[in-house]
Amino acid sequence: MTKAAELAKMGEVLTNSQIGGRRNIVINGAMNVAQRSTSVTGIGATATYFTVDRLGVAINGTTAGRVTMSQASDGPSGFANSMKYDVTTADTSIASSESFGCIYRIEGQDVQQFKKGTSDAERGVLSFYVKGTAKTFVVEIRDDNSRQQSHTFSVTSEWSRVVIPITADTTGAIDDDNTTGLTLVWWLHAGTDFTSGTISNDWVSSVNANRMVGCESIFSSTDNEFFITGVQLEVGSQATPFEHRSVGEELRLCNRYYQEYNYDRHGYNLANGHAVNNSQSIYTYTYYGGEMRATASVSTPSVSNGYRFLLFNYDHSHSTIPNIDNPSRLSVQFGNNQNTIVGGHGARLFLNASGAKVKFDAEL
Amino acid sequence: MNITSAQYQQSDVTNQNDSIKATIDGEVWVVGIDPDNRHYQAILEWAKIDGNTIEEVD
Repeated sequence: MTKAAELAKMGEVLTNSQIGGRRNIVINGAMNVAQRSTSVTGIGATATYFTVDRLGVAINGTTAGRVTMSQASDGPSGFANSMKYDVTTADTSIASSESFGCIYRIEGQDVQQFKKGTSDAERGVLSFYVKGTAKTFVVEIRDDNSRQQSHTFSVTSEWSRVVIPITADTTGAIDDDNTTGLTLVWWLHAGTDFTSGTISNDWVSSVNANRMVGCESIFSSTDNEFFITGVQLEVGSQATPFEHRSVGEELRLCNRYYQEYNYDRHGYNLANGHAVNNSQSIYTYTYYGGEMRATASVSTPSVSNGYRFLLFNYDHSHSTIPNIDNPSRLSVQFGNNQNTIVGGHGARLFLNASGAKVKFDAEL
Repeated sequence: MNITSAQYQQSDVTNQNDSIKATIDGEVWVVGIDPDNRHYQAILEWAKIDGNTIEEVD
């Protein structure tokens, strides 16, 4: 082989093997970003997002069990943080339709490299670190075609890395779009509707009875806890070392799904605009920190005097922003139309007190 | 998601419904009308249940 051919071959290997490029498809796998909160109590009734970004709560049925979910300053060597579930209310009477866990959803357009549903389908590897009360739980990988595979894994009181091989699947192409294409769920509690069948480590059409076979319950005692970090999903047959990214980079990636303007973190500047006319209308506009996955949902918690409009000859604070309109993937309009103002003047909207914030949500 | 109210909002630019003001899990959200928005998807499911209605613009 000529020198030129050797170099070309080396380039091909670096580009196409697991060595080259960004390997970890999972955002915030090291649990370093927690924009919403670092700790929330009483979790178990609502399946949504509470603390560390991108990692949600998964629930089927109605469990009496409750946990405190937090970003814990604990991790294996090289990790500063993890997500922790700490059981505060036990549930030892498990109804058949119950299940509880944590969930990570990936856009279909971000997993096309698995070539799922084609004759060239690729294998993958899911790896993560866990610690906690000694238990056996189940991790499920699901696609957007109701195909899934599940794997049991063990948790001990010491940090250990779990490596899950994911078989290639020539069936069930994943839609190449911004909706959920692949879902990872760590099931920590499951009723017999989900455990009475036979588990499959290979891709199969989803049958509820097979999805969580072998899963013990985190809710067996209020002494129980579960930690997870270092979540990595990659194409290939070998689990490579966790790909650490900077907090700034992870935050930018998380912002596609959730972001805030928060008085306590970012200060008071929120939006600029103007008074439109003499019919008492103020319009101000703000742009998000980058385009979001979908048109955002927008919310402002009620805070006494938390939101302040300031114009020529007008200075008024509200406990919430009166009008939120025209949300898009990139911007939103804040307004107030119940004032005595003069049209044509510039207007500013400030966050004005601790606790005031605006939340933009485009999560999967 | 626990949805307890929902009402369309109209854009002052297009005069078309472009968002829904909804109370979700005890919080007021302005939800973009976008089939890819998870809150909008949940509101549509909620509205299918007898007795639940997305109210028209005032």
